[in-house]
Amino acid sequence: MYNVYEIRKDFPVLSELVNNKPNVFLDSAASAQKPLSVINCMQEIYNHHYANVHRGIYHLSEDITASYEEAREIVKNFINAASSDEVIFTRNATESINLVAATWGRKFLRAGDEVLISQAEHHANLVPWQMLRDEIGISLKVFPIADDGSYLEEEYLKYLTPRTKLVAVTGMSNVLGTIFPLKKMAKQAHQNGALFLVDACQYIVHNKTDVQDIDCDFLAFSGHKTYGPTGIGVLYGKYKILDSMPPYQTGGDMVDTVTYEKTTFMPSPARFEAGTPAIVQAIGLGEALKYMKNLGMENIKAHEDELVSYAKSKWENVKGLTLVGTAPDKGGVFSFVVDGIHPSDLAFVLDKEGISVRTGHHCAAPLVHRMGYETVARASFGLYTTRGDIDALLPAIRKAQKMFL
Amino acid sequence: MTLEELIENFSYLDNWEDRYSYLIDLGNNLENLPEEYKTPEWKVQGCQSQVWLVPQFQDGKLHFLGDSDAILVRGLISIVLMIYNDKSPSEIKNIAIEDIFAKLGLEENLSPSRRNGLMSMVSKIKFYAEQSM
Ligand SMILES: Cc1ncc(COP(=O)(O)O)c(C=O)c1O
Repeated sequence: MYNVYEIRKDFPVLSELVNNKPNVFLDSAASAQKPLSVINCMQEIYNHHYANVHRGIYHLSEDITASYEEAREIVKNFINAASSDEVIFTRNATESINLVAATWGRKFLRAGDEVLISQAEHHANLVPWQMLRDEIGISLKVFPIADDGSYLEEEYLKYLTPRTKLVAVTGMSNVLGTIFPLKKMAKQAHQNGALFLVDACQYIVHNKTDVQDIDCDFLAFSGHKTYGPTGIGVLYGKYKILDSMPPYQTGGDMVDTVTYEKTTFMPSPARFEAGTPAIVQAIGLGEALKYMKNLGMENIKAHEDELVSYAKSKWENVKGLTLVGTAPDKGGVFSFVVDGIHPSDLAFVLDKEGISVRTGHHCAAPLVHRMGYETVARASFGLYTTRGDIDALLPAIRKAQKMFL
Repeated sequence: MTLEELIENFSYLDNWEDRYSYLIDLGNNLENLPEEYKTPEWKVQGCQSQVWLVPQFQDGKLHFLGDSDAILVRGLISIVLMIYNDKSPSEIKNIAIEDIFAKLGLEENLSPSRRNGLMSMVSKIKFYAEQSM
């Protein structure tokens, strides 16, 4: 384990005041703060090393191309991909999933084929499949989860049919915190002849992620949740599958030969990275993953697991407070409602107390409705979250109760 | 209560707790929107809470009914309605609501990033005014 108070120094904003109160940042699931090493690395590049990539044969361009490709290598190692050609830089997880739907989906799916998702998906892993359904007539199946947010294996197996061509599931719910048994699910999908896509947006921040061990065919995540910059995300895909897919967007950087009559495309990853990429962001993402690796994913997980037990001990069985999502296998995401207080009203008061929580449907409206709510508040943890952050929530809720009830 | 009285009342409240408590009172006093209007048609989009706005046009003036399922937002709505109700479209166009909210110490609620629906509601009111000019 690491000393959380030491590493908090790497995140200057955490020791600043918010509304004149200590910053209690409980919204890392929406986007995480960035360590100085990431910020400094990006600034250093803009100051001294910036040029376009894959273009010039001059020093700066070659240098930054090397850094950009090194970032790909870092991602490859972080997720244990077999090759860095399996790592495609995108804008975010949303784009990663859309890419799969638009290229693999359009090429390989036919009317009547089924895409299977869980009830716990973010809109990013729901709407692209709906669009595809409306466009080419596939059907989109949704397997249920339990009332406490737990994964239900028997339901999953029931919904896996010979027509299922793709299973696309979140590794960890951004609303309930539920962690899905990816490895086993992937195996069952494969036995059924379906590919397996993981929306690892939340999962990868809190769990060691090994794409070969999971044996997933695709995996998507966003840099801004892994303590990296915005504007950069990753799509991992098994090389053979990527190689069979047409380009997503077309233009510069991804072509092999171009004439007015015909164009041939580069292999992956270039095929899927049309135009000038988010160069500095990709390098910043590499730096962020290095930061996590240096702390050790096991240590981050241990720290957060400890916080999850602590939060459970503090927040379960509190009169007037209902946790939404209490699966036994749960990471540091706690959605909750307070009796008689609208989550938006609650958030107004928490904000004044320096506490950042998110409220709303968390881009998973069908899931929030399935759990029986229109909107919920959510406190989520990161590697820098402390017991003190958790302690701050209840008194602020008490204060809101005094005001509203 | 007139707008001047409201501004005066707010001027006595020098911390956020008191301002919010007053907003809660205002919210509690806002007339409930009849249930038949709580439909998608009258919903203001893009809010953390549900917000409804119903325009009525009478004798060259606009009158609005509004509601929310969040109490602070109801309080804010009651202020917005106090500012805009029973005015002509051109009067509505000329109201500098930001200045009034600044005087009330509630200006942050009108920032586009504050997703409480107030900003969308004000835009919608201006849109209805524009349409009936
Ligand atoms: C589980 C999950 N999937 C997908 C996304 C979408 O991420 P982004 O908006 O970075 O594309 C999020 C972010 O909220 C998420 O939590």
